[in-house]
Amino acid sequence: MNRPLPAVGALLWREVIRFLRDRNRVFGALLQPIIFWALFGSGLRASFHPPVPGGSVPYEEYFFPGVVVMVLLFTAIFSTVSLIEDRREGFLQSVLVAPVPRSMVVLGKVLGGTVLAMAQGLVILALAPLAGIRLVPAVLGESCLILTPLSFGLTALSFCVAWRMESTQGFHAVMTVFLMPLWLLSGAPFPSLGAPAWLRALIALNPVTYGLAAFRRALYPAGAPIVEGLPSIGVSILVTLLFCAVTFGVALGLAVRPGPGTPA
Amino acid sequence: MTAPMSVPACVAIQGLVHDYGERRVLRGLDFSVGEGEIFGLLGPNGGGKTTLFRILATLMRPTGGRALILGHDVEREAPEVRRLIGVVFQSPALDRKLTVRENLRVQGRLYGLAARPLRESSDDMLRRVHLLDRASERVERLSGGLMRRAEIAKGLLHRPRLLLMDEPSSGLDPGARQDLWSLLRELRDREGTTILLTTHLMEEAERCDRLAILNEGTLVAGGTPRALKSEIGGDVIAITTASPRELRDGIEQLLGGPVRVVDGTVRLERPAGHELIPRIVEAFADRIDSVSLGRPTLLDVFIHKTGHRFFGDEAA
Repeated sequence: MNRPLPAVGALLWREVIRFLRDRNRVFGALLQPIIFWALFGSGLRASFHPPVPGGSVPYEEYFFPGVVVMVLLFTAIFSTVSLIEDRREGFLQSVLVAPVPRSMVVLGKVLGGTVLAMAQGLVILALAPLAGIRLVPAVLGESCLILTPLSFGLTALSFCVAWRMESTQGFHAVMTVFLMPLWLLSGAPFPSLGAPAWLRALIALNPVTYGLAAFRRALYPAGAPIVEGLPSIGVSILVTLLFCAVTFGVALGLAVRPGPGTPA
Repeated sequence: MTAPMSVPACVAIQGLVHDYGERRVLRGLDFSVGEGEIFGLLGPNGGGKTTLFRILATLMRPTGGRALILGHDVEREAPEVRRLIGVVFQSPALDRKLTVRENLRVQGRLYGLAARPLRESSDDMLRRVHLLDRASERVERLSGGLMRRAEIAKGLLHRPRLLLMDEPSSGLDPGARQDLWSLLRELRDREGTTILLTTHLMEEAERCDRLAILNEGTLVAGGTPRALKSEIGGDVIAITTASPRELRDGIEQLLGGPVRVVDGTVRLERPAGHELIPRIVEAFADRIDSVSLGRPTLLDVFIHKTGHRFFGDEAA
């Protein structure tokens, strides 16, 4: 195939159209994190003041960037779960017999998930003022620069999980024990500061921690207490880009190997 | 079995073997399909048809042997093969959330068609499967038969030299089957498209130019439907009775030769069957419910070749 880009474009376009035509998905994807934020934010407000160097911040403000990352993760998961049924029977079959390199099929799918995740992430991000976070164009621009690779990496990661799955039930199990902890241990619901050492170690090993740290740094001016103690912006961006590269590489590796005896 | 010498092979299968773990599902297949043929793979579900189909569609690698499509190895030259084949799966491969036309657009993009040829080809195919007036509807709103037609339009969009179809008639009513077959013949006659389809329906197998009967991973017979039926020769006598086994033993003693019990019916193939019926009826009148005499069908060919019956209720 000489011109793979139209194929990538078509696969990406399909993801977006499918999403827009599924009203439940649109509502679910947006409402769920908002409810989460509203309930946890106001519920924990009185009892939990996340410690930051030199004080504490209101919980709804601390929690907000984590909710945006949660949207990215959930969208990534929802957009890749269809792979499980589509691979054996369904749309994906006809894609796999088309003269398109597998790498382009993976790219189309992952970019589709990335676009959806970003679109929803931005809708939630627009609510930042409600959490007491000021949104100026520079903040928005920097946030996009950080959230895009993070979305891409998260989608590629769920692609890897979904590709090997035999059933959606299995995927849900993996989601609960593997993908959700990625979010829980990223500094999203509670900060690393003050957590026991073993938990801090897990948080430091989690690549999502760095995406979220970079995002928090984009939301606040340099030197703000709330971003003190987070990984530096350089390290955060580097880890996030590495996360993209590794997850996409693994996704490619899985998708190009038909393997004897197993459906490709 | 081989294609006639004058026709170049479109599909050549040589010693093809496939295992799922320990279980061998294809046991060394050898056959070829000539260009411009409508070729049927007839067999029971689980007989290896779908495995063979998936190997030809480049979705699975064979454990051993080779399959060539227009000279290209499906395993080693998958990208070339993919350009040459159109695939219509048994399970729907359409995106239900998209309209028919949108499905074709995605398909065309995957095959590298530019916008204009894509639109033209899409309209042409939709016209040929009589779906042009429903092209803007979402696939999920179409009936099973219409979905199938959309599926076929999608498989033909890039004008493949070889069309692979897995159980193409499943879910089609008789009228739609008729339409499907006129379309397939038109493709063969006007464009020289080779069509390889799997089926477990006798009625569908009858319409193929040539057939291969696949059972338990082995080719048990091949040839034109007419040649296969004439191999049996003679007539088929079918007798219904309350005690088929006893009757079978009785008739074997009376006439000799193989007599089979198939689904509770006693069947025997003999030349000049009409002469035998009076003798059978005289000897076993009290046990016989009904007797019928007919020309051999493909079902008889299968029974003859394998000694058992496999077809479900849909067998025509």
